Amino acid sequence: MRYIPHTESDVQAMLRAVGLPNLEALFADIPEALKLKGDLNLPRALSEPEVISRLQEIARMNGHPSDHSLFLGAGAYRHFVPAVVEEIVGREEFYTAYTPYQAELSQGTLQSIYEYQTLICQLTAMEVANASMYDGASATAEAALMASRVLQRKRILASSALHPEYLSVLRTYLVNLKMELQLIPWGRGEGTTSLPEAEKQLNSEVAALILQSPNFFGRLEEGSQLAELAHSQGALLIAAIVEPTSLGVIQPPGEWGADIVVGEGQSFGNPLNFGGPYLGFFATREKFVRQMPGRLVGRTVDTHGRPGFVLALATREQHIRREKATSNICTNEALCALAATVHLCLLGPQGLAELARLNLQKAHYAKEKISGLPGFDLPFPGATYNEFVVRMPRSAVEINRKLLKRRIIGGLDLSRFFPEMDDCSLFCVTEMNPKHEIDRLVESLEELTKGVK
Amino acid sequence: MISSGVGQSGLIFEEALIFEKGSPGRVGYSLPPMDVPETKIHNLVPPSLQRKELPDLPEVSEIDVVRHFLRLSQWNYSIATGLYPLGSCTMKYNPRVNEQVARLPEFAHAHPLQPEELCQGILLLIYELEQHLAEIAGLDRVSLQPAAGAQGELAGMMMIRAYHAAQGNPRRLVLVPDSAHGTNPSSCSLSGYSTKALPSNARGLIDPAEVRKSMNEEVAAMMITNPNTLGLFEEEIIEICQIVHSHGGLVYGDGANLNALLGIARPGDMGFDLLHLNLHKTFSTPHGGGGPGAGPIAVRAALAPFLPVPVVEKEGNRFRLNYDLPASIGKLRAFHSNFAILVRAYAYLLSLGAAGLRRIAEMATLNANYLRTQLAPFYHIPFNRLCKHEFVATDQVQQGFGVKTLDIAKRLMDKGFHPPTIYFPHIVPGALMIEPTESESKESLDQFIAAMEEIAEEAQRDPSSLTSAPHLTKVSRLDEVRAARELDLRWKG
Repeated sequence: MRYIPHTESDVQAMLRAVGLPNLEALFADIPEALKLKGDLNLPRALSEPEVISRLQEIARMNGHPSDHSLFLGAGAYRHFVPAVVEEIVGREEFYTAYTPYQAELSQGTLQSIYEYQTLICQLTAMEVANASMYDGASATAEAALMASRVLQRKRILASSALHPEYLSVLRTYLVNLKMELQLIPWGRGEGTTSLPEAEKQLNSEVAALILQSPNFFGRLEEGSQLAELAHSQGALLIAAIVEPTSLGVIQPPGEWGADIVVGEGQSFGNPLNFGGPYLGFFATREKFVRQMPGRLVGRTVDTHGRPGFVLALATREQHIRREKATSNICTNEALCALAATVHLCLLGPQGLAELARLNLQKAHYAKEKISGLPGFDLPFPGATYNEFVVRMPRSAVEINRKLLKRRIIGGLDLSRFFPEMDDCSLFCVTEMNPKHEIDRLVESLEELTKGVK
Repeated sequence: MISSGVGQSGLIFEEALIFEKGSPGRVGYSLPPMDVPETKIHNLVPPSLQRKELPDLPEVSEIDVVRHFLRLSQWNYSIATGLYPLGSCTMKYNPRVNEQVARLPEFAHAHPLQPEELCQGILLLIYELEQHLAEIAGLDRVSLQPAAGAQGELAGMMMIRAYHAAQGNPRRLVLVPDSAHGTNPSSCSLSGYSTKALPSNARGLIDPAEVRKSMNEEVAAMMITNPNTLGLFEEEIIEICQIVHSHGGLVYGDGANLNALLGIARPGDMGFDLLHLNLHKTFSTPHGGGGPGAGPIAVRAALAPFLPVPVVEKEGNRFRLNYDLPASIGKLRAFHSNFAILVRAYAYLLSLGAAGLRRIAEMATLNANYLRTQLAPFYHIPFNRLCKHEFVATDQVQQGFGVKTLDIAKRLMDKGFHPPTIYFPHIVPGALMIEPTESESKESLDQFIAAMEEIAEEAQRDPSSLTSAPHLTKVSRLDEVRAARELDLRWKG
């Protein structure tokens, strides 16, 4: 086996050194009754060329991305990933290193995480960021737990315009901890979190109000007003930024009063990969740093006074604090964070602004064109970034089926999460959708719905 | 002959923070052109919601970025560089072909919500990987959703709670041996359970008598790592599982140490009801400097109704994702899983087959026992008998010369090796937990043994060379107290 270097003579020499007669003797401590009598029921071993062929065969059972135009977002965004990103994250020294517990041999990983923490702070206008969480959804749940620890309160208010899968994850994390989750409805005809409803539900038992902006329907939220409301009851405001490229044009949550900012970093440098691995980011105010979950890298000096980096405040973490840790997270998403770091460095302030401008303008162009078609309208008019909801004259299921025949992957059929919205689709347009693709989508929608009232 | 594998000082570049490099106006990006008519931004985003000032990101060109991160990478040790004997971390070789197939565009560019008819290959791979892992674990069903081992544990503990709740009482307590990984008690807390630590006996094992004493109808489960963190097989595992079961409790398996059992024995056959696996340990996916990993959870049929959603189902020749599992614990993360990691593990299993897996367990165990017996003359090994994938040595002998485990670890760096896991498990003072994995050849192990022998000798002759180590690394020992006291967690300009 090419991954195992032992020759028969190595094995014999080593057995002699250990003082054992044969390989079976290595397992003498396992009760006989437990030992497998035959081989595991697995496919026969394949050679490397066979492995490649088999995986290519499986891959071909999927659609090939270059054959289709894609207008899906909803928490996973197709953005351009520069060649440099993959080259850097593919460096063996980053790729095949363990968690940087031994700082002197891990300065590369540690400095890059320190740079990542800085970039996340700059992007969100927050004071401290951790080294990463699993994804945006689990980071949101961890933020709710942190707010509860900080304030010793047990109730969480979440906007119902938060991504439905994030809400599911929140429920999963809260249910066993005797915490209560309450939803604030969105305003009809608005698609944004209802301010009066938020006011009604907020009281001094609420640990945090969770708000996504742009929200699940693509709408920009009036974050500062909701933050003020939350603060007036002593509650924290948690901002979930599911599409962080928006921060190239939209006010960062640190400026509108968020106390914890979490989000999904996939948009920066990480391919879609059918949903993972992605990258949860997590930032907050300095005063809460000791209540943060996850790893933190800090700058310090060595015995010669030279600057260097180490894992900091590890006493919050599970390997030291065990049942009293701020989270059970251990392995996180370091390499995805590195991809985001490299991508953000390549973009710089200008590139980030340009990327956001492309997404904003292209999506707006598509939104105007589609909503102008006969029988189409916008159930939630108002400001959006790169996603928007359209109400259509036929069911989204039917339209998507027909679009697919034209090799167009349409918007998200909203009945998946909201059964009453079966004629609504959530479209996403990024810099990866050229104008001719958008025009073809618009034409197709028009043709597919001709004559429908 | 020049011995390879010994650390030497090389040309190591100083490299500033990326924020201290570059120049205003310098760019490193290239984006598609604006090909739609533009609308004035004030008509799209109300001024109050606009970003007033762009973030102070670096302004650098592409070569600046490449050079910066390449230099940083050269300050790292990695399994591709050399032996990485971190106990309980299973730092084995990460096959390159796995990387190649994980990047196939039909996998890498698949949107998680795209129509199922465009995901049939993905769903088939998920379905088959679930089956293979269930077979290896000796359990019935697998969920690939958890993003890492600790999330697999959390999923498992939540399923245990849901299982007991369905019988009328979620119970209160989980038994955790004192040698367990820190994630175990932490995952219990997150699922609403208190933990009770069980002391290990004089042989480093769980004592069935202790389990019997602690077991009652308030105990929901016992968490067991087998082989345990001392690298020892829990010889009384059958009886222990029976005791837990006799009180209606479940047995949870931490599969971090599964490498030694592949194809030899199965946790399900021992009596485990659930087991999480670490694809980034046992199944060769790269660790990435701290992730991403994947922590699938395998369960007995009785727990299948509580699996996280979605689950993949096969109907004829078609695969679909089923979200409709009424008793499910719900979702732990968005979308299906860390899918790109699953592709790598799947390719690994295809490359190995049943005989290859068994060979891994044999060689991992042989390597660990070889190191143990060869190091025993120089280091105190508290449980110096047949071990599995790893074993624990200590600094007891070297303490006599004023040398601690930390010093031994740091000096190993100068010799060209990553240190073992240190000061864990907590039950062994000054622990050096050593796991060579099957990837290392006899020559590589012999070099490591020689380095450890030299260090033992230096401890007697010249202890200061150890207490001031490392000498050849980019930086010497770092001031962790200062890092905690004067928090500097970001560049501030």
